[in-house]
Amino acid sequence: MIIDLDRFLAEERPHWTALESTLTQIEKHPERHLQLDEILRFHELYERASSGLAKIETFASEPEIRRYLEGLVARAYSEIHETRTKAQRFHLWRWFTETFPRAFRRRIRPFWLALAVTIVGCLFGGVAIGIDPEAKQVIMPFGALQGNPVERVRREESSKQDRLAGQKSTFAAELMTHNTQVAVFTMALGVTWGAGTTITLFYNGVILGAVAVDYIRAGETAFLVGWLLPHGAIEIPAILLGGQAGFLLAGALIGWGSRQTRRARLREISPDLVTIIFGAAMLLIWAGIVESFLSQYHEPVIPYALKIVFGAVELAALTLFLARSGARGERSPEKA
Amino acid sequence: MRLARTNTLALTTPEGITFSLPLAGPVSRFLAWTIDAAAILAAGTILGELVDRIGVLNQSLAETTYVIAYFVISIGYGIALEWFWRGQTLGKRVLGLRVMDEQALRLESSQIVVRNLLRFVDMLPLAYLIGGIACFASRRSQRLGDLAANTIVVRIPAVRQPNLEQLLGRKFNSLKEYRHLAARLRQRTSPQAAAIALEALLRRDEIQPAARLELFADLAQHFRSQVTFPPEAVEQLSDEQYVRNVVAILYRRASH
Repeated sequence: MIIDLDRFLAEERPHWTALESTLTQIEKHPERHLQLDEILRFHELYERASSGLAKIETFASEPEIRRYLEGLVARAYSEIHETRTKAQRFHLWRWFTETFPRAFRRRIRPFWLALAVTIVGCLFGGVAIGIDPEAKQVIMPFGALQGNPVERVRREESSKQDRLAGQKSTFAAELMTHNTQVAVFTMALGVTWGAGTTITLFYNGVILGAVAVDYIRAGETAFLVGWLLPHGAIEIPAILLGGQAGFLLAGALIGWGSRQTRRARLREISPDLVTIIFGAAMLLIWAGIVESFLSQYHEPVIPYALKIVFGAVELAALTLFLARSGARGERSPEKA
Repeated sequence: MRLARTNTLALTTPEGITFSLPLAGPVSRFLAWTIDAAAILAAGTILGELVDRIGVLNQSLAETTYVIAYFVISIGYGIALEWFWRGQTLGKRVLGLRVMDEQALRLESSQIVVRNLLRFVDMLPLAYLIGGIACFASRRSQRLGDLAANTIVVRIPAVRQPNLEQLLGRKFNSLKEYRHLAARLRQRTSPQAAAIALEALLRRDEIQPAARLELFADLAQHFRSQVTFPPEAVEQLSDEQYVRNVVAILYRRASH
């Protein structure tokens, strides 16, 4: 019981101010490690503020001080009882070449699932167009894809004008932002226990399979591969990464075979989920540039062979990057 | 940790200290989002004006800049502000809301990113319908992004400071002479009772005379039952004067 409130406040306020100042420093510089004496002092201040809160709670007329102390204790509580590793200072290059591929490998199973769903969609779309070419009107989302492939190839190859002249960078920016939205949306739909992610990936696969079979049947395989591979080698895996993140989220929500609580599961996957989706966004920047500056140009401007080789090299480099980059010093998945 | 009420998250620390966080409801969150949407729109308009000026020099560069910058602003607005302002955007600041970890632990950057990226689903099919429904349905008023990120949005109510000097003046307070009893009164009075007494004094002129007498009689009786002051301290005090003296003890420091 506090007999003299003013004296109590006068005595305690400097300690609360000290705690507030320590908290501000900790929050401002999360990468800094406190020394042992600083930790002890911090803990002492926290306990003192907690004790002050317990005492002041009996005072009906001190809502302001009580709320101030509640806020202070809540902030200190979050620092003292936090067991997750603090975020280190962010290095973009290290993050991209180490953190991102490691997160990808650590969570490889949702990626295989995303790939499998897309392949099933491709097969469905390919078979559907193979059996019923008229289905193109229903399956293809864009008018440009609904036309005759032979006519399109003839038109593109005979074109004397650069239809993207002066607009290539704007087109690249639109592609980057649109594809990033698709990847993020595919990830976010994981919150529907993966149903939305599955539908999105499956539908993407259906379109891809349908377009591929349509052009192959028309004898325009070289055009198709030369058109899609340079940017698709990066863009399609990036969307799959979005799917990987979506299934990762869904897996944490469902929690099959896990004894952890839903909160603990979500807390555990959250950093990897963010890393993977940001990695996908980085890849889509490159894919947008390639699609705008290279993919839209065909023979005789650029030989198909050159475009195909370029795309194949990209795909090989991406595979190598995701499989090996940052592997040195990486802990095994069981220990991670 | 346990959920005390649907609109409050009560936390008990291992040291045995309990504190509560009032949760923000769907309506206040929607209003905060409206302010944020207006801020993004304003930023987009300003950006458009700037880009128009660049467009005089290079139209393609201007359009590219606009497409990328608007995309970054619309997606990065919530992420950046909640990170730099520790869980607050402009709208949340105006309405006194803050994003917090569900277990009152440190709000991680990954949590901020996840809850903001999941807006893509929460805002479907329009005007945050899915997020709003989830908010109404969940025990802690969480939209899907909050559920996935383990976050909650709490209210930080502004504490209204009544003008006690004007209300209580510098009149002699006979109860104050008994410091140990005054301390006991402070300890035994509940926050609700103190707030009711203060409110009654602030609004006393708006109350009908008969009701005013009855109200202050009830309040005085309640406070008398909490602590008994010596007869010489309370004699010749009306019920209203008694309540005023009690409020002066509860709300005004000794130094005043």
